[in-house]
Formats: sequence, structure tokens, C-alpha cells
Amino acid sequence: MSTDKKPVLSARGIVKRYGRVTALDQADFDLYPGEVLAVIGDNGAGKSSLIKALSGAITVDEGVIELDGKPVHFSSPMEAREAGIETVYQNLALSPALSIADNMFMGRELRKPGFMGKYFGALDHKGMQRIAREKLSELGLMTIQNINQAVETLSGGQRQGVAVARAAAFGSRVVIMDEPTAALGVKESRRVLELIADVKSRGMPIVLISHNMPHVFEVADRIHVHRLGKRLCTINPDDYSMSDAVAFMTGAKEPPEISAAA
Amino acid sequence: MSETARTSRTKQEYEQTLDASDKAVAQFEHKNRNFLDATQHFLHGNPTMVPVIVLVISIIIFGALAGSKFFSPFNLSLIVQQVSIIGILAAAQSLVILTAGIDLSVGAIMVLMSVIMGQLAITLGVPAPLAILIGFVGGILAGMLNGFLVTRIKLPPFIVTLGTWNIFFALNLWLSGAQSIRSQTLDEIAPLLKFFGESIAIGGARITYGSVLMLVIFAVLWYILNHTSWGRHVYAIGDDKEAAELSGIRTNRTLIMVYGLAGLVCGIGAWASIGRVGSVSPQSFQEANLQSITAVVIGGISLFGGRGSIIGPLIGALIVGVFNSGLRLVGVDVLWQVFAIGWLTIIAVAIDQWIRKVSS
Repeated sequence: MSTDKKPVLSARGIVKRYGRVTALDQADFDLYPGEVLAVIGDNGAGKSSLIKALSGAITVDEGVIELDGKPVHFSSPMEAREAGIETVYQNLALSPALSIADNMFMGRELRKPGFMGKYFGALDHKGMQRIAREKLSELGLMTIQNINQAVETLSGGQRQGVAVARAAAFGSRVVIMDEPTAALGVKESRRVLELIADVKSRGMPIVLISHNMPHVFEVADRIHVHRLGKRLCTINPDDYSMSDAVAFMTGAKEPPEISAAA
Repeated sequence: MSETARTSRTKQEYEQTLDASDKAVAQFEHKNRNFLDATQHFLHGNPTMVPVIVLVISIIIFGALAGSKFFSPFNLSLIVQQVSIIGILAAAQSLVILTAGIDLSVGAIMVLMSVIMGQLAITLGVPAPLAILIGFVGGILAGMLNGFLVTRIKLPPFIVTLGTWNIFFALNLWLSGAQSIRSQTLDEIAPLLKFFGESIAIGGARITYGSVLMLVIFAVLWYILNHTSWGRHVYAIGDDKEAAELSGIRTNRTLIMVYGLAGLVCGIGAWASIGRVGSVSPQSFQEANLQSITAVVIGGISLFGGRGSIIGPLIGALIVGVFNSGLRLVGVDVLWQVFAIGWLTIIAVAIDQWIRKVSS
């Protein structure tokens, strides 16, 4: 990662307090174009708060978040999405009883062109189904016979696929994935890792939060180690082992003097 | 150190065997199912089919027992007419139940608004159209009060609407002095209030405007729920509020609008109820809250939210009407009508539980 590249998404000195608990303590963050950045950290290190701050689910008390070098203030996930930041939440944020197409377009439904769409808000069901099918095929999640199938009738991996396809379809700047393989079996995890590679190959930078070191070391270009509410260091997975990363994360070992890969 | 790192950049050792295995994860194909599974899946996709089947079967049974009396155009139109008010309230109730809430105050809002319309028009001499409009706005405000308490004060819908049910009922008795406004008085001063009691005769059928109004309300709500973004959001909120929020839906705002719209439908129902009863009666429709919930549940809308079609409660109300009419024509005591509706409600919820357990 050359140093002259400007980060797509960055944060400087962000602070988030919940009562007396400080979840984010002057945390920094940088995501560069086209890379997969893994964020690792122990439970309670503030990973989730960092991700929620970047995706608009929480607003920070202090500090700045910049997208393409311009400061942004997201007061809802909707605003972050409109700015091009898509998030695949750990719980996937899918509505189980609704169809695949409904879920992919939830919150940004397409209206029919013309009179009915303009004055009666008529939805373009056919158009949404067509696009949903296209997006799923692009990611190799094809052989869908019924795009109107309820999400709850899908397996865990399929649901993850729908959530990733939704993020990849609409994310124009950044895709954030929170523990995408945590609830999945070996085979399904493998497929999701391939999905991450697919999304990356289209030039989309990805933030990956994971506890699974083998997965992190396989797909990440850089690893952001989060500890005690702030960025401890950023390492290149080629220069360190998994046990080093775990040691930094848990405080068993001092981090390298200078962020190795920044 | 870098050697460890190097190996970790490739597929994990334990995953090497995956190459030989079937890697299809996201195939959405259907497996062979037995009849029961197929039925479960079919009903999962078409939750309104249960009440439709029940309605058809009950029409066939009562038609066979009561013969031509049951199938006379007069009787069929009477059934629709008799369920029109409960049907309208069930439509309002459905909106709230789809969001995994419940509205025990629908009947009280309706009666209160009918009293407000009557008192304004008769006692205060307000022009009837304006009195009706104020009743509509009052319905919206009453509903939004429920929505506000549920979303902003974060109280359970059951408790909120149990409270407002009593509050609206007390206001209704206060405003009306527990006195009805007689039919003749309405005819003299504000006949417009009785508009929905009027009817057109087609053959032997007597179709009241109130019956037509009920069908129009269901049609409009069906369109809103299925063909607008707002409608899809209502389902998403009932399904999983947190997921809806993360998908960018402003859930609390939508919820307040849901309760407000339910209140408006109750306000429209208030106008229709004056026509149906023929007078403004503060003591009428005391059991309407629970009857509306019965129609919704029999209609296949899940009390847990997010599932079911708005057409279901229409069918549910018609089922209740067909049972009442059929049993009466056959000469069965009214207590057995209540008995039958009770069982039907329990069976409907049991079927809903079974459908919701559907798996791939």
C-alpha cells in the first residue's frame, strides 16, 4: 500500500461514551482504495462501536470521520448508505418473512415510472425482482428459481449471500462486513470468503470484522488491531503470524513501533 | 515468521478437502417434499388461503343445512352488511397487528368519534360535513396518541391501548352524557351522518353503502400495504424492528403513522356506524375491540407481526358473519355461535404457529 494513496474512509480521534463506559477512546481508522482491511480486537475492544460509527448506526461524541477526504456526519444508517457505505451486519438485518427481492430493496424501493408511481407511490415489483436476480447472479449466487421466496426459508449461507449481494449491489464507496462467517459452517464460510474476493475484485474496498484468524489472514491486505477503544497498530499479514496478531490484540505483546503497513 | 504468514495466505489445510465436495451454497432449488411439507410451504407463501378455505367450507355446510334461505341474495347481502363495522375495525386492527402490536382501543375510538360527530352536528349545530371531518381528524389524533406512547415512551401496545380504551370510553360517556341521539333527530338536522345506512337494491340484495365502504377500505389498504414502500416497511417493522431500522427505515415515525392511519380508519368507521345503528349510541359496539381481533386472527394475520394479508381479516369477518347467519337459519341457539367462533380463533392461531415453523 503506497503512502501517497489517500484513504477512502478515515476517522481521526473519534470518541464514543455510553454513560461511564468509553467504547471508543480517540480511535483512528484508515481504509485505502481497493483493499480488504480486517479489523480485529478482543471482545469489548470497541470494534462494534467503531463499525457502527462508520456505518451511521451511532453518532460519535468527538472526532471526525472523512469519506474521500471530506468530513461526513451520519445521523442514521440511511445517510451512510446514501453516501455509498453499505454494511452487512452480523445479524444480517434481513426481514425473515419478506422475499429476497423485498429485502434487497428494503428502504430504497423502486417506483414505477409514470403516473401511478409518481402520485400513488406504486412500486416497480418486476423491476426490483429483475435487478435482484441480476445482482445475485453476478456474485454467482444463481440458480434462484423464486426471487419471491421468503428469506426465512433459506439456509444460513444463502441468507449471508443475500445480505452480501445487497451490500455489493448498492455500495458505491465502501462495504463493511461484521463477522460474516461467524454463524456459518466450513463450506458456507468458504463461499462467503470467495464472495469477499469477488467484491474486492470489482475494486470495492472492504472492511472485514472477524474473530477468525485464518479467514482474516487469508483475505486481508492489512489488519487493523483494535484494543481498549483505539487503534493499537496496523499490520501487514505477510509480516506477522496469527499468533503475533492475537498477542497484539490481547496485550500479550507490544505492537511494532511504527504502523508497519500504513 | 514470514513462512507461517505465507502458508496462511492460501486456503486453510482443513479446507483442502472442500475442493472435492459440493460447494453450492446459495442454490435456491426446491427439494422433494411430502404432502404435509408442501401444504405448509404453500400456506406459508399464501397465508390467506386458510381463511378462504374455511369460508368456502362453511358456506357449503350452511348452504346444505339451510338451503335456499342461506343463498338468497337478501341473506348474502345481509351477512356483508352485518359484518361491515367489525370488518372496518378489523382493517384498522390489522395495520397495528402487522407491526407486532395490538390495538384494544379501536372500538372505543370509533364510538368516541361517532359521539363527537353527533354532538357537533346536533347539539352545537356544526355543519355535518365539518363535524364528520373533525371526527376523522380526532380519529387520527387518538391513534397517534397510541403510537406516541408506544414509540416515544416505549410502553407495550397492549398496555397503552388498554389504557386509552378506558380513557376514550370515559370521554365518550362524558361528551354524550350517556345519552343516545335518536334517529329522527339525525334525520331532521344532519341526515348526512346516516349516509352509510342507505342502500341500493340489486335483485333481492340490499347492499348498504356501509358494505361498499368496507370493501373500498380493504382495497385501499391492500394497495398501500403491497404496492407502496410504506406498506413494505410496515411488514418489515413487524417482522424484525431492529433489522428494519438497520435497513434505513425510520421505524418509530412509521409506527406512529400506522397507529394514526388505524385511528383514521376508526374515524371513517364511526361515520359508517351511525348509519348502521341508525342513531348515535355511546353504549354500542362494546365488544367491537375483541371482535375485530377475532376477525384478524381468523383471517390469518400473525399476532407476532409481519405476516399475513390484509384481505385475510375481510375473509375472517365474513366467516364470523356466515357462522352467525347459518347457525341462526338452522335454528341453533346463539350461545353455540359464540362457542364456534371461540374454537375457530384458537384453531386459527394454532395453524399460524405451524405455518411459521416452515423450514427450507
